[in-house]
Amino acid sequence: MLPELGHFALILALLLAALQAFFGLAGPALGRDRWLAAVVPATAGQAVMVAAAFGCLIASFVRFDFSVVYVAQNSNSALPLVYRIAAVWGAHEGSLLLWIVLLACWTIAVAFGISRLPPRFAARVLGVLGLVSFGFLLFTLATSNPFLRLDPAAADGRDLNPLLQDPALAMHPPLLYTGYVGFAVAFAFAVAAMLEGRLDQTWARWTRPWTLAAWAFLTVGIALGSWWAYYELGWGGYWFWDPVENASFMPWLVGTALVHSLAVTDKRGLFKSWTLLLAIIAFSLSLLGTFLVRSGVLVSVHSFAADPARGVFILAFLVIMIGGALSLYAWRAPLLRSAAGFEFASRESFLLFNNILLVIAAATVFGGTLAPLISDTLGLGTLSVGPQYFNPTFLLPMLPLIALAAIGVHSNWKRGRIRERSRPVIVTGLISLAVSLAVVFGYYAGRPGLAPVSIALGIWLVLSSLVDPIDRLRRRLSLPRAVLGMTLAHVAVGVFVVSVTAVESYTVERDVALARGETVQVGGFDFRFDGVDALHGPNYDGVHGVVQVARNGRSIATLQPEKRRYFVQQSVMTEAAIRSQAGRDLFVALGEDLGAGRWSLRIQVRPLINYIWLAALLMALGGLLAASDRRYRTARATAAEPIGAGQGSIA
Amino acid sequence: MNRYLWPLVAFALLAIVLGVGIKNSKTKGVVASPLIGKAAPDFVLPDLRDPDRPFDSRSMRGRWYVLNVWGTWCVECRAEHAALMAAKASGKLPIVGLNWKDDSAGALGWLAQLGDPYVAVPVDADGRVAIDYGVYGAPESFLIDPRGIIVHKQIGALTDAIWESDFVARAVTP
Repeated sequence: MLPELGHFALILALLLAALQAFFGLAGPALGRDRWLAAVVPATAGQAVMVAAAFGCLIASFVRFDFSVVYVAQNSNSALPLVYRIAAVWGAHEGSLLLWIVLLACWTIAVAFGISRLPPRFAARVLGVLGLVSFGFLLFTLATSNPFLRLDPAAADGRDLNPLLQDPALAMHPPLLYTGYVGFAVAFAFAVAAMLEGRLDQTWARWTRPWTLAAWAFLTVGIALGSWWAYYELGWGGYWFWDPVENASFMPWLVGTALVHSLAVTDKRGLFKSWTLLLAIIAFSLSLLGTFLVRSGVLVSVHSFAADPARGVFILAFLVIMIGGALSLYAWRAPLLRSAAGFEFASRESFLLFNNILLVIAAATVFGGTLAPLISDTLGLGTLSVGPQYFNPTFLLPMLPLIALAAIGVHSNWKRGRIRERSRPVIVTGLISLAVSLAVVFGYYAGRPGLAPVSIALGIWLVLSSLVDPIDRLRRRLSLPRAVLGMTLAHVAVGVFVVSVTAVESYTVERDVALARGETVQVGGFDFRFDGVDALHGPNYDGVHGVVQVARNGRSIATLQPEKRRYFVQQSVMTEAAIRSQAGRDLFVALGEDLGAGRWSLRIQVRPLINYIWLAALLMALGGLLAASDRRYRTARATAAEPIGAGQGSIA
Repeated sequence: MNRYLWPLVAFALLAIVLGVGIKNSKTKGVVASPLIGKAAPDFVLPDLRDPDRPFDSRSMRGRWYVLNVWGTWCVECRAEHAALMAAKASGKLPIVGLNWKDDSAGALGWLAQLGDPYVAVPVDADGRVAIDYGVYGAPESFLIDPRGIIVHKQIGALTDAIWESDFVARAVTP
């Protein structure tokens, strides 16, 4: 009964989304203001129906309803409750539903947040969001219904993919999707502004907090996925340039550019058409990410249930939404001229270069990700693009970006008076260079290359970012959350650069074969292998090794890397053992049984690796802090006044 | 040309590439099993219908047969069942149904309800034999020749047309 109710609720949600889109877009277009009153009720109704459908699917999982195909394929009678709930988004159908649920959450938040904006504009924003939701609901109902029945019911389920039986991965898709979907809000604001034919600084102020929030969620989502890859997959890495990782990274890069370009539009009324374009591209890349994962066009470790029919549907949806938005852009953007100018070394210039470099970075990732597909399309044969391409090409725009940021935070709006601020620029620069050289040659004893440069740049960005807030505090000026958030995010980027450089340049790794009682020295630590023991879990069994770690003869840790065999899917999973210390991670993964008590082991000592994720978390925190600035809330309160007076109005 | 049109043009090109990509991914198909041309792994497993009389894969030597991997939890297996029944009725190739990681009572119920197309139903309760055959999702079907060599592997549901073109045709005119 419940699955049928859920199915029915999805159909109702589809109809309500259609109404939301129709009234929200047709009302203002035809000048029928009374239609606008229907938009919010349709939005609320759609959200309730989506929530009901989601609840029904969760209930089917919780109650072991193996008469539902999706449950039978992704759950099992031995699966614990937490993972039965996480299994809801463990495969294609459910994760689409999750996408829709999160879009509904964003839409409801937007509906509350913009209730005081001009009614036509607000209706258009909700109308666009309704259209997006309609497309995804139609997609789900037409090609990926999670409520299909299995008759007769399966006696037991096939179990959730063991890779996904992990707390971090249970949370990874919801966070990532919250970010992806959040860019739909910026997209809706952009399309609504183009439909209005009017875009001014107030528009940017309305859009900024939503974009910042979406960006923050995406940051945490990506970081969590990377953290999981590191400690669960046991591959000893945190980023693999896998097509699906890239699919989430491209919207992040463009979103980062958008956050900065919105700042210029907000403060100075510039970069208008560019900001619109970035808002469209950020969301397009989110949709493209969905396309790449679902269609089976690109082969990736992430692609589950790839199905060309689904690909055709998403492509059609992509063409309608993105093609439509870009056509609107080609028509409307030429009308958005800005009269204001800026000098060369002004903050606007720095942010312009920031945008260019970020877009170049996104384009290199884009090119590398799609190159196999393009080469296949042109009949040039199969091509595989790996870190050998991505690492250097990505670094090329990134290092100048960090340097520009370290200088740019000292710049002023409009005026190019960076020379007056040259003292803090030079002082922080020299200190960072000295610290970097001391660390590289003193502590790590050489192996230079780019490492000292990028460590210096990272430290420089940290120090530079702190100059202005400290100055404000000393002069007893206020420190708004927007400034605090920006500082935090910039410091975090600096920390990120330093830690990535340390991990990439100074990790010590060894693959060894050890018999019981044998010791190997890696990175100044002694690893002694004490054999393996049997292991019994709720739905798996296996072995775990025991490795004693000592430094200078003093024992500091016992690591127990595991190798699990899951009963139902019969797959073997490696659980690496990791001991985090303040400055480094000790990492041991259990390899193969070589017979006669010997096992192969992979041992690594990775400096500063934890700071990569800590930095990502701080970036996200900075984004959320900035999004909560009072300025955006008062902007909402005053928005009831007529807008668009003066510059930027094109209607 | 209007420079604001460039994003649209770029997107149109991308859409074409993606469209061709989808078209290719349909025909490209799946990587062929490395087992093709190799000896089918031998196994002895209890038979679903009579657990006391184990099924030995070597008993199939000397004739063409199809090893079909299925389970009651497998949705596509249900979709292909009618084709299997039709294949049995045509009587050209015997089918051995490897019951993969399943509940035996449920599997017997399935065969009683939908019909039984198999000459034997070895029960692979812990999935070990399926691992030997490189199975990663049901249904999968292997065409095995009289010497016990795997000639062809079908991933996904069989249809009447696939049965005739990929299995019967290969077995009759190898």
